[in-house]
Amino acid sequence: MKGRQGTEGAPRTLLIACGALAKEVVELIRLNGWTHMSVTCLPAIWHNTPDKIPEAVRQKIRAARADYERILVLYGDCGSGGILDQVLAEEGVERIDGPHCYAFYTGLQDFTELAEADPTCFYLTDYLARHFDRLIIEGLGIDRHPELLPDYFGNYTTLIYLAQTEDEGLKRRAEAAAARLGLAYIYRYTGYGELGDFMRAASGEG
Amino acid sequence: MSDMDDLDLRSLDDDELNKQMQDDLYDGLRDEVMEGVNIFLERGWTPYRILTEVLVEGMRIVGIDFRDGILFVPEVLLAANSMKGGMTILRPLLAETGAEQVGKMVIGTVKGDIHDIGKNLVGMMLEGAGFEVIDLGINNPVENYLDALEEHKPDILGMSALLTTTMPYMKVVIDTLKEKGIRDDYIVLVGGAPLNEAFADAIGADAYCRDAAVAVETAKEFVSRRHNQRGDKAAAQ
Repeated sequence: MKGRQGTEGAPRTLLIACGALAKEVVELIRLNGWTHMSVTCLPAIWHNTPDKIPEAVRQKIRAARADYERILVLYGDCGSGGILDQVLAEEGVERIDGPHCYAFYTGLQDFTELAEADPTCFYLTDYLARHFDRLIIEGLGIDRHPELLPDYFGNYTTLIYLAQTEDEGLKRRAEAAAARLGLAYIYRYTGYGELGDFMRAASGEG
Repeated sequence: MSDMDDLDLRSLDDDELNKQMQDDLYDGLRDEVMEGVNIFLERGWTPYRILTEVLVEGMRIVGIDFRDGILFVPEVLLAANSMKGGMTILRPLLAETGAEQVGKMVIGTVKGDIHDIGKNLVGMMLEGAGFEVIDLGINNPVENYLDALEEHKPDILGMSALLTTTMPYMKVVIDTLKEKGIRDDYIVLVGGAPLNEAFADAIGADAYCRDAAVAVETAKEFVSRRHNQRGDKAAAQ
């Protein structure tokens, strides 16, 4: 999605994001009229191979420099072990703060408290709730080999659905996901959380 | 990779049976692997030989294909479960036959972290390589590690983390060992998806192990070095 020339003097901005955030980022741009912002994404599946993320982000940054006044990254550390931050420091680009999207949707402080209170929780976002069967059940081979379920989820007790939108269909999917995994279910509405705050700040608002 | 259904494993000679079992392990066929282990035992193979020449060798190939992106986590887990099936038969027999012990390791996932797939694979492969493995499970505060080190006096302390937010706790554990003056009594190996060599160096670990195969080789190398150093010291006295 390409933005037009900066809105009311706002710098033409490229957001480099994880594909799992695409729908939410596009919706935030639409809702707020941030026409100076464009978004480009890397595959959400790289959540499983985070070593691919840093250099791919670097390539995106370098490819975009000539066309944008400002580049921002919408990734947490996402399991890169600090390597993404090294790349961003080298390229002089900022990212949204936080270890991952569960944290910046929830609010970093709130998520830290949640995780410390109970580390046995498995989290879904809207994206994961929407694609749960493909990513988790099929992706982890649980459909073909249900005997693997304890290997993956035997240490979890609870599934928490961190909802960005209030969607009854996604709520039902999330609850069904919890039942499928044999976990207790908790619903928590987060809205766009610190993702919205970060993008708002980047647009010069708030 | 497996042959057609209903293959009679007993009809295969030793080399064919070994190859078939490695194929079955690769394909995650736990019952077939266990059947093959029993057949080899009947044929007089030592438990140690079955473990090393069949099961460990089969998992080595699984590890290579996982590293090369041919196999993925579900297949590796199925293969590991097949190996575990074989090891449930061999474990008591290995103890009885006095199989060589290369070293001892205490391993656990750190506090706040409940991921254990990688740790479990490392533990299984270290056991297959002749190590005694004391597995502390998940979510281990430093006290758990200290108690286990005191009780078991292992050669190696292994720590695992899968979260960027929990991996810093490894430094807490290592710093505590230093404060107590016991850091040098143990080889400290660390692993987990967000880790890397730079992190291991920064926190004062002896080595970062990127997968179970590397963990085995690194463990063997460090233990061998330690034993050589102790031998040199004893000879010098």
